Amino acid sequence: MGALMVIFSLQPKQRRKMTDSVEDELELSAVRHRPEGLEQLEAQTRFSRKELQILYRGFKNECPSGVVNEETFKEIYSQFFPQGDASTYAHFLFNAFDTDHNGSVSFEDFVMGLSILLRGTVQEKLNWAFNLYDINKDGYITKEEMLDIMKAIYDMMGKCTYPMLKEETPRQHVEVFFQKMDKNKDGVVTIDEFIDCCQNDENIMRSMHLFESVL
Amino acid sequence: MAAGVAAWLPFARAAAIGWMPVATLPMPVAPAEKSKRQDELIILNVSGRRFQTWKNTLDRYPDTLLGSSEKEFFYNEETKEYFFDRDPDLFRSVLNFYRTGKLHYPRYECISSYDEELAFFGIIPEIIGDCCYEEYKDRKRENAERLMDDQEDNKDAKLPNMTFRETMWRAFENPHTSTMALVFYYVTGFFIAISVITNVVETVPCGSSPNQKDVPCGERYTVAFFCMDTACVMIFTVEYLMRLFAAPSRYRFMRSVMSIIDVVAILPYYIGLVMTDNEDVSGAFVTLRVFRVFRIFKFSRHSQGLRILGYTLKSCASELGFLLFSLTMAIIIFATVMFYAEKGSTSSKFTSIPASFWYTIVTMTTLGYGDMVPKTIAGKIFGSICSLSGVLVIALPVPVIVSNFSRIYHQNQRADKRRAQKMQKARLARIRLSKKGSCTAYLHSKRNGLLNEVLELTNLQYKLNLSDQGSTEDEQHLNKSTSLLANQHHHLLHCLEKTTNHEFVDEQYYQQSYLETALQNYPSRSPSLSSHEGMTGTCCTRPSKKHRHTPLPNSSTTTHMKPLAHSHQGGLQELSTIHIQPLSSSRCSLNLCVDEAMALNCQSGQITTAIITMPTPPLTTPEADAPLPAGHAHQQNVVKVSAL
Repeated sequence: MGALMVIFSLQPKQRRKMTDSVEDELELSAVRHRPEGLEQLEAQTRFSRKELQILYRGFKNECPSGVVNEETFKEIYSQFFPQGDASTYAHFLFNAFDTDHNGSVSFEDFVMGLSILLRGTVQEKLNWAFNLYDINKDGYITKEEMLDIMKAIYDMMGKCTYPMLKEETPRQHVEVFFQKMDKNKDGVVTIDEFIDCCQNDENIMRSMHLFESVL
Repeated sequence: MAAGVAAWLPFARAAAIGWMPVATLPMPVAPAEKSKRQDELIILNVSGRRFQTWKNTLDRYPDTLLGSSEKEFFYNEETKEYFFDRDPDLFRSVLNFYRTGKLHYPRYECISSYDEELAFFGIIPEIIGDCCYEEYKDRKRENAERLMDDQEDNKDAKLPNMTFRETMWRAFENPHTSTMALVFYYVTGFFIAISVITNVVETVPCGSSPNQKDVPCGERYTVAFFCMDTACVMIFTVEYLMRLFAAPSRYRFMRSVMSIIDVVAILPYYIGLVMTDNEDVSGAFVTLRVFRVFRIFKFSRHSQGLRILGYTLKSCASELGFLLFSLTMAIIIFATVMFYAEKGSTSSKFTSIPASFWYTIVTMTTLGYGDMVPKTIAGKIFGSICSLSGVLVIALPVPVIVSNFSRIYHQNQRADKRRAQKMQKARLARIRLSKKGSCTAYLHSKRNGLLNEVLELTNLQYKLNLSDQGSTEDEQHLNKSTSLLANQHHHLLHCLEKTTNHEFVDEQYYQQSYLETALQNYPSRSPSLSSHEGMTGTCCTRPSKKHRHTPLPNSSTTTHMKPLAHSHQGGLQELSTIHIQPLSSSRCSLNLCVDEAMALNCQSGQITTAIITMPTPPLTTPEADAPLPAGHAHQQNVVKVSAL
């Protein structure tokens, strides 16, 4: 009698399973994404054909479905920083790359972002950096936003550093940053203050050109 | 190097631009790509089958044969390809590892040939992906066991230099090792059997005298049985004492199950000897004789199957417990129901609930003695329900126990679970180590980085001066090509250090500095040559005195000299002798030397070599101090030396 009951309870589960798998398959196929043609991308970005080829090969290797979601993004980025926790910073980066905010970064988004970072003008790069820091994209960098970014950067260092990382180190760094950038002392940094200040700082200007020979 | 995501390194480096506006220090110079080569195809000829892949693919894993310069040994000039005289089928897996970052183990391959291929190509097997790892480990274990079994057959040769005690223990544990052991084994077995049979026959009535009622044999031939008993107990006692003597760990032996059984088997006899005169406890003495039956358990030393049964029961403790629990529940429920159902009927045997327990147990186990039967209709109905459910409740946990037994029997009692856990831990530890390797590689190259730069930009004379202290190794370090990928990765990490103004250090060093902050130790020495000397004297066996006389031009034209340098000008001049320790520090076991080396600041043609040397107990800044080098050094007696 008990055996009969068990058999009865098993059956509806199987039916449910079948419908689930069909839906899953549909979902998977919808996620597959093919990028626009090579010529179009060449026109939209500042990369040559060969460079786009190399970039796409690497991209597709890691993300066969053609888009990268936040989890994969975090995983990939974390592999470069084995000592610390790069996931928070990767989250911010993801939001900066995902310009249309649809939760995934396609190859076009990826390549546009890289084009700005590696081949763009200083103005564009600074713009991009401002966009990265401005978490809620309202045009102002507040101290809280900057603190989040700073903590994320310090998290990447991990625990074993010299000198030892303390609780207030990111906060102090934010203070220094704001002292430098916030000209009118209103507690927020606008895009113009940011760009102005950066253009007057030699170090920053020099470092903007640092990665131009990448790729 | 980050495995499999080497293609994303350009992305990671580009994203580093996000740190730039935040950084307070200037960034290091990016490693120059000496030749802007396009990605080229490499041909790998493995026993005639040609594989082609991008050079970048192979460069992802620089510590393997194909990823490092070791493959140059296999380069064939005429055909312009790399020739390997190895199995092409297995090479597929190896090459797929480079392509996908995951190593797979093909099931049809022999495990030892696979291992050999991996060893040849410099790939550690722990990297095998989770999908194939279990299979790999199982095959490997089988193979190892097979080899071990083969070896064990040869193991019976007596090892030399065994003490008498060890010989005895070995004889007890493996009866097949020598004839004496075998004899002993059979003799004890025989006597166990005799003892058990004696106990049994003792109670059989051998009635002979017609007028008396049947007397058990034990009381008729008391002396004979007593002699038998004594003989057996003597043998068992001697055996037990001999085992106790030979055991390598007496305490552990005494705690083991077998020895407890031995003790329990012979103890009643001795207690009986002591207590024969006392009449009051003779009743208790009789019950003690029951324990003599435990002698039969001594057979488990002679039978592997019995041991496995015992082990099974032990390992199925939870299932047995569940069986017992559910049975108890059912018994109580049905006993109560039957009691109340039969309460009404006259001359009912169900006098109380505990009395009904007996009925319930007999019915549920389908024994059905029939000494208690329900008479009322309700009682009969519930009685039938009881017997039906009894079948189910008992039948359910039994297959679990049975399958457990068969599994353990086939696994032959090897403590697989324990070993698998250890293997899992070891595997994870090795993977973690190889991942950490990338970070330690970075730290290592930091120390060598200074040496590389200085040697490149100073004149030959300097090199000659260094020649007497083993600069051959320096040259080797210089020429050892860290791959471009690794260089770029290190540069990225270096930029992060500059952004946050903190350095990556080893675990060991971090622990040390953590301890020191706890101790709050403040040395009061001022930076001087003595401290410099003393420090090197304590840390590193290789004296830096030889370095001292090599003059490095102390340039005052660098515009990037840290403000600190000016303030310590006097002391600095003396200390301009560069404390170049990267070489020795890499040999230094103390991390003290290692990480006080150099933060390398390379700026477009100028080298500002900032070296932080510290007196022996390193400090971290006591209180909330701006992590700028200036303030930092001030309170810590660190000395910054700018040279060149």
